[in-house]
Amino acid sequence: MGSHAIEALFRAERARVLATTIRVTNGDFELAEEAVQDAFAAAVEAWRDAVPAEPRGWLVLAARNKAIDAIRRRIKLRQIVAAEEPAEPASAATELVAVPDDRLRLIFTCCHPALAPEAQIALTLRTLGGLTTEEIARAFLATPATMAQRLVRAKTKIKAARIPYEVPEASQLPERTDAVMRVIYLVFNEGYAATAGDAWIRRDLTAEAIRLARLLVELLPVPEAMGLLALMLLHDSRRDARTDAAGDVVLLEDQDRSRWDRAQIDEALALVPPALVGGAGPYALQAAIAALHASAKAAGETDWPQIAALFERLLQRTPSPVVALNHAVAIAMAHGPAAGLPRIDALREQLATYHLWHAARADLLRRLGRTAEAAAAYRDALALVGSEPERRFLERRIAEVTRASVR
Amino acid sequence: MQYLCLIYDEESAWKRMSEAESGQMFGEYMQFSKDIKESGHFIAGEALQSVTTATTVRVRDGKMTMTDGPFAETREQLGGFYLIEAKDLDEAAKIAARIPSAKIGSIEIRPIQKFDM
Repeated sequence: MGSHAIEALFRAERARVLATTIRVTNGDFELAEEAVQDAFAAAVEAWRDAVPAEPRGWLVLAARNKAIDAIRRRIKLRQIVAAEEPAEPASAATELVAVPDDRLRLIFTCCHPALAPEAQIALTLRTLGGLTTEEIARAFLATPATMAQRLVRAKTKIKAARIPYEVPEASQLPERTDAVMRVIYLVFNEGYAATAGDAWIRRDLTAEAIRLARLLVELLPVPEAMGLLALMLLHDSRRDARTDAAGDVVLLEDQDRSRWDRAQIDEALALVPPALVGGAGPYALQAAIAALHASAKAAGETDWPQIAALFERLLQRTPSPVVALNHAVAIAMAHGPAAGLPRIDALREQLATYHLWHAARADLLRRLGRTAEAAAAYRDALALVGSEPERRFLERRIAEVTRASVR
Repeated sequence: MQYLCLIYDEESAWKRMSEAESGQMFGEYMQFSKDIKESGHFIAGEALQSVTTATTVRVRDGKMTMTDGPFAETREQLGGFYLIEAKDLDEAAKIAARIPSAKIGSIEIRPIQKFDM
């Protein structure tokens, strides 16, 4: 097998092999990572002529043996120092029948609430995603040294405080699954929001988040996990249409819908109905909203009454001023700007420093022909906006409404 | 694995309680202690006197200094502890959550360091 093919195989199998090896090392991440590294190095040698029939089984066994060797060496060392009877490593006796999939344990341990949130993200990307420390550092605008330290600290805490390497018990499962989904969605948004940093790495992050969500759905097919996957697939399907050649923001209604990723949309649309089963959660509701946008052949054909109804349900589940703003905008789209404006005005106190509140209000005023007020509201939005493309968009709008009011 | 559960709460919160309320908390503590002794998780546990009796000791350049007060002045004070035996952090956290003061303060969980000697 060529070295490229072997590398691709390693990349594909790394998380699974590592997940099982961590179980063998009793939750010692550091030791397991070294053993997996050694096993891959051994495979490069051993597979030069022929790849075994069960490459994954081969790798798991090799990593396990390397880990047990290392544990034995440590015990021997301690024996020499302490001359005490060693405890046999609990896992050495555990037989590896077939190769169980331990990645779900790995997900839950990486996203354990006893780890700092930024450590959860870094550890998930490193162990399950297989991103290198340098790549993670670049994505989060940290130095490799800082990121390496963050990872070491997390792994040390897992070992020292004995954070269990287990799928949580049923009573804890919903809450802990929420934590896993939060980490995955944070990774996605870090890539999608593109506030800063290297464009390539950002694309990697959204792809990685989708891959992690697919894995979660495969291992734990609960409706909200499907909702999260569908939501991210739908957002990401618009990646090529979201900005124009100059890098400027293209609003959903103005996007060239032929540039949306159809295959990805179809995959997501199939996930939405099962995601909505049984008291739809926030990810499923947001996915359903995104699905209605994705299903409209043209912006004018969007089913706004249905979207408004979904936002209302979302508002009941997770009340927040931003969701209320989106609800108000949907109502304005469904029943006219006059129906939405009072709802937006009611949020003034809570959202006065949020540029999109001013922009949404400006848009409704513009549609109502109150151009002078619209221009003032766009200026308020402009004063608060952070990113350059959004700034240029608002400036264009101000020029439009100013021209309209002069005429 | 042994874990030390440090109980942080506001002494003033206890003082604000009515006699019935503090009696209720006290009863819950008695019950909790009894429960974890019976379940085999209990190793040791004590309540501490008021934080006003705390003294902090430091040795710098071989010279000992003593200062009045706790190491950190915070709104919540260390009021007591339980040393427990639990199989992992999740079990320890579940037990810590049953400590009555978890409702009004916070419980810090610290794994015990064992030395091979």
